[in-house]
Amino acid sequence: MPEFPYLPQTEVEIEEMLRAIGVKSIAELFTDIPEKFDVDLSIPASADEFTVLRDLKELSQRNSNLNDLSVFRGGGIYKHFIPSAVQRIAGRGEFLTAYTPYQAEISQGTLQMLFEYQTMISELTGMEVSNSSMYDGASACAEAALMSVRINGKAKILISKAVHPEYIETVKTYCFGGNVHVDEVNFDRKSGQIDLSDLKSKLSDDVSAVIVGYPNFFGVIEDLREVRKAIPENVMMIVSANPTALAILRAPGKLGADIVVGEGQPLGNPPYLGGPGFGFFASKEAYIRKMPGRIIGETKDGEGRTGYVMVLQTREQHIRRNKATSNICSNQAFNVLLASIYMSLVGPKGLQEIARRSYDKAHYLAKRIEKMDKVRPVFTGPFFSEFVVEFKKDLSSFNKKLLKDKILGPLDLGEFRDDMKNHGLICLTEANRNEEIEFFAGRLEELE
Amino acid sequence: MKKYTKTHEWVSVEGDIATVGISDHAQDHLGDVVYIDLPEAGKSLKKGDVLCTIESVKAASDVYAPVSGNIVEVNAGLDSSPETINSDAEGAGWIAKIKLSSIAELDSLMDLEAYKKHCEEEG
Repeated sequence: MPEFPYLPQTEVEIEEMLRAIGVKSIAELFTDIPEKFDVDLSIPASADEFTVLRDLKELSQRNSNLNDLSVFRGGGIYKHFIPSAVQRIAGRGEFLTAYTPYQAEISQGTLQMLFEYQTMISELTGMEVSNSSMYDGASACAEAALMSVRINGKAKILISKAVHPEYIETVKTYCFGGNVHVDEVNFDRKSGQIDLSDLKSKLSDDVSAVIVGYPNFFGVIEDLREVRKAIPENVMMIVSANPTALAILRAPGKLGADIVVGEGQPLGNPPYLGGPGFGFFASKEAYIRKMPGRIIGETKDGEGRTGYVMVLQTREQHIRRNKATSNICSNQAFNVLLASIYMSLVGPKGLQEIARRSYDKAHYLAKRIEKMDKVRPVFTGPFFSEFVVEFKKDLSSFNKKLLKDKILGPLDLGEFRDDMKNHGLICLTEANRNEEIEFFAGRLEELE
Repeated sequence: MKKYTKTHEWVSVEGDIATVGISDHAQDHLGDVVYIDLPEAGKSLKKGDVLCTIESVKAASDVYAPVSGNIVEVNAGLDSSPETINSDAEGAGWIAKIKLSSIAELDSLMDLEAYKKHCEEEG
């Protein structure tokens, strides 16, 4: 028994542990961190609350506040209007206190919320089952790739180059450890959709799944029916979707998708600095035992009353240890709570209207741009609320100027692809007021 | 003649075909079986490889191949009625038939009496 049972470790114990693993100091454990990040943050050992709050406020004011900007940038994280009631309801202690609802008897509220979330995701994606969320869109996409490998035992994933580049990286990272090979499929330079003939040429007996975006990174809507037709029945189609778009697009589940994933942030979660959000994950019921993450089920208690419990936990780490279905047996419960409240408040019709307005505003601006000289739309494929335009001149200096006008301009695709220098990904949502759009269009027209 | 493994599988051999399942003792410990992730016919296994996974209300447990060989048949009925494992683990609840690659492997397995003793020792 240590001398101070409430201290996690004493100096002596730390010494012993370091010796046991053959390391001289704690600092030595962090030698993998590149030196450039080893900067002195000059944080004092202590300060009074007044000073800390003042200093932090000063620091935070050096950032641009998205609430003060007209945002024409998306690329995976989107600024939508969030009704005030969302934060208010989510802040209730009953929701905030519970973390892992292992003990169903005292967690019915959280469990019911997660169950209803799953139901809404199933409806949006057109899939039979949904889990109660993943870390984010990228990891959900990677887990879907691994799930397909668990199901059909094949070890190759094809992913469209028109999927978000950071998602592709994440899929590769996850697959690396599992000895799963990832091959990228070109997109059609004209339409911006996956190149079906390149897809067909890369098919082989060891291909487990094909991953496409819906819409894809360029905002272009893939023709899922054609993708499904292009691949054999035993190759799974994984769709990484934008949940807002799903409100007006045909559900991937109706077009032959086997697994549908995506970033849930657009549903009631603020963009913050790019996260935290959550990943949604839905699949066919036949695959439920191979599905990663937590699943909540509805049942009846001993007296016949409806109740909710975590189900199929036997797949998870706390029971199966190293043989668990995946490395995640948790979920992003609070972010999902925001999404559930948001979806409940706006309802199916409201979400359709939000999607429709985003679509209309984006298409209005795209039409205006078609008539301009110094910018040109790049792809011809159908799009939702984002589209790529090529700038004749330097996009980054244009973006800097826009920021002075309190506009967050297009995402510079040159940062992601060498062949897309001065290509900007423009995004509009229902949160872009008409006057903002006119102002931004004016700035584009004034380009020299 | 029926033989048993330390990991609670049973095997019964006719000619060079071994019928394999889990012991009655094992099903009793697992509790209600709700799902079996059946292996595929045609697969070849080495003794000790994971044959399949049985999921009960308590846990998901691996079943190990008691002998080496090729799976020639699986008990597809377990897909829709996994509870057969509970009601008749050492009969109708068989899991797979394996074409033996080495009869000699059977010698290392236990007979019923030795198995009973093994279970008692395990507690």
